[in-house]
Amino acid sequence: MIFITATLKEDLSMNRLLNIVALLKAPPAATGRAPHPFRAIVDKEVSDHLRSWRFNILLVLILLTCFGSLYISVTNIGKAVKPDDPDGAFFFLKLFTASDGTLPPFHVLIGFLGPLLGISLGFDAINSEQNGGTLSRIMAQPIHRDYLINGKFVASLIVISVLFFALGFLVMGLGLIIIGVPPTAGEFLRIIFFILLNILYVAFWLNLSILFSVLLRQAATSALAGIAVWLFFTIFYQIIIKLVAKALMPSEMASGQAVLHYQELILNLFRIVPSQLFSDATTTLLMPSVRSLGPLTMEQVYGAIPSPLPLGQSLLIVWPQLTGLIASTVVCFALSYFSFMKREIRPR
Amino acid sequence: MSEYIISLAGLTKKYGALTAVDRLDLSIRKGEVFGLLGPNGAGKSTTILMMLGLTEPTSGSVQVCGIDATMHPVEVKRKAGYLPDEVGFYEHRSGLENLLYTARLNRIPVQEATERAYLLLKRVGLYEVAHKKTRTYSRGMRQRLGLADVLIKNPEVIILDEPTLGIDPRGVREFLDLIVQLSREEKITVLLSSHHLHQVQQVCDRVGIFVGGRLLAEGDIPTLSEKLFAGEPYIIEAGVQPLPDTARLQTVLQDIEGIRSIQFSEGLFRIGCQRDLTSAIAGAIVRSGLALTHLQRKTYGLDDIYNRYFEGGPVYEQTA
Repeated sequence: MIFITATLKEDLSMNRLLNIVALLKAPPAATGRAPHPFRAIVDKEVSDHLRSWRFNILLVLILLTCFGSLYISVTNIGKAVKPDDPDGAFFFLKLFTASDGTLPPFHVLIGFLGPLLGISLGFDAINSEQNGGTLSRIMAQPIHRDYLINGKFVASLIVISVLFFALGFLVMGLGLIIIGVPPTAGEFLRIIFFILLNILYVAFWLNLSILFSVLLRQAATSALAGIAVWLFFTIFYQIIIKLVAKALMPSEMASGQAVLHYQELILNLFRIVPSQLFSDATTTLLMPSVRSLGPLTMEQVYGAIPSPLPLGQSLLIVWPQLTGLIASTVVCFALSYFSFMKREIRPR
Repeated sequence: MSEYIISLAGLTKKYGALTAVDRLDLSIRKGEVFGLLGPNGAGKSTTILMMLGLTEPTSGSVQVCGIDATMHPVEVKRKAGYLPDEVGFYEHRSGLENLLYTARLNRIPVQEATERAYLLLKRVGLYEVAHKKTRTYSRGMRQRLGLADVLIKNPEVIILDEPTLGIDPRGVREFLDLIVQLSREEKITVLLSSHHLHQVQQVCDRVGIFVGGRLLAEGDIPTLSEKLFAGEPYIIEAGVQPLPDTARLQTVLQDIEGIRSIQFSEGLFRIGCQRDLTSAIAGAIVRSGLALTHLQRKTYGLDDIYNRYFEGGPVYEQTA
């Protein structure tokens, strides 16, 4: 590019001018060498994210929490392992879960900050293009309309994935250096699944905020809507469910069956919330001794030895949670896709 | 039909009860500069959006470069460039980067795209600011960058929607000159929508007058005025002292054959005639003892066409 600039800065002779005219007349060269436009959109969006203040602020925030929780878990890891702890064999996973209560452990923090990250990456995806007048310009290019929304989603997903994998491996690597115990293959796989789960969780919030960015004209409104949903689910929903639980509480005389039904109902109500799905799933993945996410009857527990589950079984337990998260992500994306495709693209 | 690069047939767009575009038929020849003229909200933008497949017509068909724009919008957009009225750029990117992004979306190889981008930036006079962020650009600069952005894909047709909105008069002139120049040199068909009559008059080969979703007339400007003002192709403006009322002047001029209307506006009488009656009118006024202070024969411009259509009503209304 520098070379071209330099040559162009030279005085333009008549000959050059003729060349220019010839070049202007020439049709664009064969499309073989140029990358696919979808790539172009993804590239641009990724670089936009990385250059934005917003992302960098969140990155710093997440890095801080990450190191904070790592520090807490490392200082408490000795106390965390008790002689009769069924998770004792999974010493390395304690890095992600151990805490003395001053700072929540890693997975809880991510559960808290993940939505914020997702919302901040997506809340102005479409409406900022619309308000900036770039949407109609981009749509006038020979690309399919869904390239834009898909490209934005994929770009954000790439950014999130890279971030979480980097964070996960960073915590693993530092933990390895500090505690000196290498992870077993099982632990490693659990951590990989944990990271994938994080990405999925953030992807849900990302899609929700992309949906808002399609539906709402103002970026600020859409950000606020995203945050409102997040706050509602993290704070108010819990309160509401607790109220409902009190109202529905079976009497003391109720049968065991009724109590069980009641317990399951309340749990399922909690599980409408994606953050509950996420925390259920992470807990199961990071604490192999978790055998069930619902109430267990005495018959079920009778004779069971409190031992950790293999990875496959843990995954089987969280399968409904995973499906739920994937489904809500897909629903959000489908809605935003649909409403974006139907929309008439007007200039500003 | 190959000589027509854009042809619209029975194009209709309805938004609920509102008909934005009503059975529009329009054909634009290759290489011409066509002006789509109409007041705000006449359906110009909607028509343009339909040409690019950005919105679907309720009925009718749009063909651009022989391609159905509703069915194959991507192919159309490969050949047609579109400059919206308020073009936006990625503000935190430089002008050059914005152009290169468009080029990438058009699958132009990087090297060729860079060369073209520099050439176009030079052409539109933005070479010096190529590396400045577009948020520092003025309105006129943005619009010129928009033109470069449209041209980088080497289009056969460029569609400009109110391209001169909000630019200062000198900027407008330069911008329009640039468009005409490009169209002539590179044989690009230009469709220009505007509500600025003079600008359209200045640059367009043909004009279509578009009101309330319908094309009222089309043709070059002399043909249009002939068609529109068939009864009274000549207007003679006369200033008379002391100011008589219209009725008095009518009695003065009643003997002259061929006068169709007389109306008074802004201190001048406008006399519509079938023939060139300048000298007869002057004679009659002078003989009646009135002082003639101003006499001018007018030909119709777009202003008159515009008034005739948009402000409604025949000229005869005020005739005494």
